[in-house]
Amino acid sequence: MIQTPESEKEMTSSAQPSSLASVANAKSPRTQPTKATGTGLETRGIHAWFGKNHVLSNVNLEFAAGSVTALIGPSGCGKSTFIRTINRMHEFIPGAAMAGEVLLDGKDVYAPGVDVTKIRLQIGMVFQKPNPFPSMTIGENVLSGIKLAQLKVENKDELLEECLVRAGLWNEVKDRLNTHGGSLSGGQQQRLCIARALAVRPQVLLMDEPCSALDPGSTLRIEETIRELSDTMTIVIVTHNMQQAARVSDYTAFFLSDGGPGEMIEVSRTSEIFSQPKDQRTENYVTGRFG
Amino acid sequence: MTTTAVPTKPWAKSPRDRIRDFSFAILAIAFSYAFVGVTAMKGKLAYAAILIIAYALITGVFAFVTRGGPAAKDAVIKSCVAIGAILTVLPIASIIFTVLKNGLPGIHLSMFTNDMSMATPTDPIATGGLLHAITGTLTMVLLALIMSVPIGILTALYLTEISGKFAGPIRFLVQAMSGVPSIVAGLFILSAVLYPITKAYSGLMGALALTILMIPTIARTSEEVLRLIPNDLREAGTALGGTQWRTVAMIVLPAARSGLMTAVILGIARIAGETAPILLLTGGGDKINPNAFNGPMGSLPYYIWKSFNAGSPEALTRAWAGLLVLMVLILILFTAARALSTRKVSK
Repeated sequence: MIQTPESEKEMTSSAQPSSLASVANAKSPRTQPTKATGTGLETRGIHAWFGKNHVLSNVNLEFAAGSVTALIGPSGCGKSTFIRTINRMHEFIPGAAMAGEVLLDGKDVYAPGVDVTKIRLQIGMVFQKPNPFPSMTIGENVLSGIKLAQLKVENKDELLEECLVRAGLWNEVKDRLNTHGGSLSGGQQQRLCIARALAVRPQVLLMDEPCSALDPGSTLRIEETIRELSDTMTIVIVTHNMQQAARVSDYTAFFLSDGGPGEMIEVSRTSEIFSQPKDQRTENYVTGRFG
Repeated sequence: MTTTAVPTKPWAKSPRDRIRDFSFAILAIAFSYAFVGVTAMKGKLAYAAILIIAYALITGVFAFVTRGGPAAKDAVIKSCVAIGAILTVLPIASIIFTVLKNGLPGIHLSMFTNDMSMATPTDPIATGGLLHAITGTLTMVLLALIMSVPIGILTALYLTEISGKFAGPIRFLVQAMSGVPSIVAGLFILSAVLYPITKAYSGLMGALALTILMIPTIARTSEEVLRLIPNDLREAGTALGGTQWRTVAMIVLPAARSGLMTAVILGIARIAGETAPILLLTGGGDKINPNAFNGPMGSLPYYIWKSFNAGSPEALTRAWAGLLVLMVLILILFTAARALSTRKVSK
């Protein structure tokens, strides 16, 4: 079997027991209350439509500051649509409509007069498919948000290094910051996209199935990154991988659609969702009886 | 004992198959000659038609005998397609051959440094030149570029990025505009600008007409190129807090850069040989005129047209040489376009 140096590196990192332990340890000291109003992000009565098709119904969720919340559920239940309503990316789809409020520090992001580009600076997003900008080098990619939003930064090199370190990519790319992002492996590209999202210093990071296109080694690296980031920001992650939800999140919300619009069935501490779910449908899903 | 595997291609044609295919072709050619000779059919077209039918029949019958009905159909269709492709290339090859044959004798180095202001149509080839025509064509193409590239790319951006209410009608109009005959563009500038406003021939008038012809080519090609840019990139840019304008300028356009370059070069190739509006609007002129806003301006198509009209043997040779220069110019542009577009694919 032939292994590229890249995959070898990821293999070795995934084999380190310490990284697994740090994931497990990070969970125990968290003692934030389940309801932390006003300090983070809250959605009230979110509905979403595509044309006449009602895809999401009445989602009320609170995301405590500094917590990781996983959204799980079968395909087509509106999880991705839901997180796209949070940073107002939903409105780019022709025919899209929504109802409800998304409160960031108590202020509705859909209120009239709100500058939508400022909202997206505060609520960053990582997409399912790694999408580094092809015309830019690795370094330019990380700092692209600064240029796009025309922000002032005193020390760009410092910011560049800090973001890449936090995304867990610095050691792999520090010698080739001037090469193009397309030369990286898929997992590295996704961490580059995370670094890019971090550079504008968001309070909230939305991740739409960030590991679904990646191998297990890269997935583990990104999960480590998520744990580390959650000290300083609120993270919402959509995932189809229940083990991943169990590994990285403090809270888990279960979404389901029974043919009609998707609904949020249950939200609770992750350990409770997986050990003693209140709703029968949640139990069926997390135990693999359907979905 | 280990056996070393030798790479073979059992599906490739054997030399015997090649000889057989070749003999079929010879047979078909011989048959078409004989058929035209014996029957009342005459002319080159008859050869071509009979050749297609004969070759298709021969290969079809052979396939039917050896492999049966479906194979015969396959062979017949294959022959028709192959011969059709050859017939398409023939006129182009013929044009290139004719232009080279007639144009090469008129090519001499001093023609690239002289104009026709001191030469008459009956002067020997070695006097005069077409520098005024080359500079004129380049000046007008440059002017047309300056005007049409921004308009064309902005139109494409409206169609792909903004895609507002008017995108449908505008796309339709741009498509219709690409079918506008060049003489119409020339007459439009003549009646809308030249007669009422400037009242004089100039390179600018020609460039305006060329702009009208160039905009749809650039707009349509750019639109295709911009459509190929994945939507992911636009979303990523917007999610990072960029406005739509910043996202387009920083991410979409740079990602499409080589494709847009191709669009521009295709636009140039479209107008470089345009003749009708040039005849109406530029006033010709045999002297180098660096000022596009004042006075008549020469150009390669005008030079060719004028030389053919003069009719003397020397003028005819000059016309063919001008054709050759024009074709080489367009060939260079097309090659550049191909190189740029393939580089984008390989990346």
